[in-house]
Amino acid sequence: MLKTILSRLIQTIVVVFLLVTFTFFAVRAIPGNPFVSDKATSPEEQAALEAYYGLDQPLPIQYGRYWGNILLQGDFGDSLSMKGRKVSDMIAQSFPVSVLLGLSSLVFGMLIGIPLGIIAALNHNRSLDYLAMIVAMAGICVVAFVLGPLFQINFAKPLQWLNVAGWSRPSDIILPAITLSFGVAAYLARLTRGGMLDVLSQDYIRTARAKGVPSLQIIRKHALRPALMPAVTYLGPAFAAIITGSFVVENIFLIPGMGQHFVTGITSKDYNLVLALVLFYGILMGIANLLSDLALIFMDPKLRNA
Amino acid sequence: MSATVQAPSQSTAAVVEKGSSLWSDAFVRLRTNKLAMLGGILVTLILIACFIVTPILSANGLDANAQDLSNQFAKPSAANLLGTDQLGRDMLMRVLEGGQISLLVAILATVLTVTIGITYGGIAGYVGGKVEATMMRIVDGLLAMPFLIIVILFRELIAVRTDKLAEWLVANWNMSSDFVLRFSNLTPLVLAIAAFGWLTMGRIVRTAAASLRRQEFVEAARSLGLPHRRILFRHILPNMLGPVIIYATLTIPSFILYEATLSFIGLGIEPPNSSWGILIKEGANFLETYPTILAIPAILFSLTLFAFNFLGDGLRDALDPKSSKD
Repeated sequence: MLKTILSRLIQTIVVVFLLVTFTFFAVRAIPGNPFVSDKATSPEEQAALEAYYGLDQPLPIQYGRYWGNILLQGDFGDSLSMKGRKVSDMIAQSFPVSVLLGLSSLVFGMLIGIPLGIIAALNHNRSLDYLAMIVAMAGICVVAFVLGPLFQINFAKPLQWLNVAGWSRPSDIILPAITLSFGVAAYLARLTRGGMLDVLSQDYIRTARAKGVPSLQIIRKHALRPALMPAVTYLGPAFAAIITGSFVVENIFLIPGMGQHFVTGITSKDYNLVLALVLFYGILMGIANLLSDLALIFMDPKLRNA
Repeated sequence: MSATVQAPSQSTAAVVEKGSSLWSDAFVRLRTNKLAMLGGILVTLILIACFIVTPILSANGLDANAQDLSNQFAKPSAANLLGTDQLGRDMLMRVLEGGQISLLVAILATVLTVTIGITYGGIAGYVGGKVEATMMRIVDGLLAMPFLIIVILFRELIAVRTDKLAEWLVANWNMSSDFVLRFSNLTPLVLAIAAFGWLTMGRIVRTAAASLRRQEFVEAARSLGLPHRRILFRHILPNMLGPVIIYATLTIPSFILYEATLSFIGLGIEPPNSSWGILIKEGANFLETYPTILAIPAILFSLTLFAFNFLGDGLRDALDPKSSKD
């Protein structure tokens, strides 16, 4: 177990370091700089701005300074597109929003997907199974940017108490979280069904049946835990899918989260903002993967000694 | 004449004399899977519509970009079978041309993915040992990165080069700027998706190659003194086509989805080029007043994903009966 944690930790550090390094040089290699698009700035002013933000320095020095500022002072720099704002403040504001949205859609996804998969497996090759799998496929194919607008029109408009978009009331999380959860729910349903079918064909389940253990108890006590293994393994990728989805969903529902910042950061070439977000996403991915590893170890005693 | 006589006996004879191959077995299984067959038929129809019918239509003067501001939001008619959009452009042509781009991105990226995946995974699995361990450690590391984010960054990085290349081609090679611009918009997206999309394929191929390497018939080939190249191309490669084909079929819809997502947030295909992602993004603006502008591309898009996914699932069940859990 300690070995798993340690190797994930090392992997995360290496991955985040490479990710930030790649991003650092990539964003600077994209032509134009953050200030060119401002029509009001003259070349002299641009040069002054570049000097102010240290962008006139050679790349290795900028790179060294970047890490120095983060590691020694915890400073992610100033936003280049929103003058006068610190990147760390922007992330401090948007991070809880995105995490809340992501976690609630993950929970929604599990609440819909796992029971759906179990129901499908228990009714294997019967109409309920086919129905559940077609519903799951719909969740994969009818994507967030189609679902989001549909929800806005069909639920937010007729129901007065839901806002079409925005992030001002607690109820504003409902529609985006559900939109975001569909894809996750669909994958979880398929994985849970597969895992359940695998387990139900095992000898020890047949033994339990032969001994006359009631069906419900077999599922609950013997089958459920191993059947959920594939779904738990999916936790890491699910997290990546939620990041991807949040780019779209935050855009549709006008949610001030990290996804919005990332997209505008790329288009406005806000180097510092993009870099800090990439760093954060990398760490979050590492945590998600670690949690998934730990959950697997917790669920499968065989992995504990490895 | 002879064909009609031979046909029935040939099929039974084949089964008796040659035994049934993996592929003919698989095809029989696939044919009984109604959803997969439906998916296959739909995929074929969509491909024909986008890559054969559309070029013919546009060669005959139908233009997806021809605006007619006196004919905005027209209802379906003989002239515009699916009506027109906010600029009076024919929806049918737009959705077909958009599909062409979306499918082209996904298919080209998948071809690259398969090529890279087979080479990388094949080498890792066949060589084994420390090389394999290192190669797969790299794949693990890349898989731990947030996919879409590196794709976005990488696309931005190449987009500049391809734009320059496009200008140069138009200036020096006298190429049609319309054609070149369309491809300069599409290429960075394809390259970026493929550059990080091959990882899972690489893993699948490695697993297949590693297990094949230990099989007796490969050992026999090696002890007969066959060169590595011949073993790889004659024995290893054909035997791992199954998982590769299955995964490639399932990769296409996920790449269609990535293209649409990126175009939707404005970091993929850019107007005036269209793709399903662009059409859905534009359509969302008129959702309340003219829902068909969104509905038409959205339905076709979702239908395509359905078709590819069902076909892929069916192929998996057919080629790898053990995994189908029936």
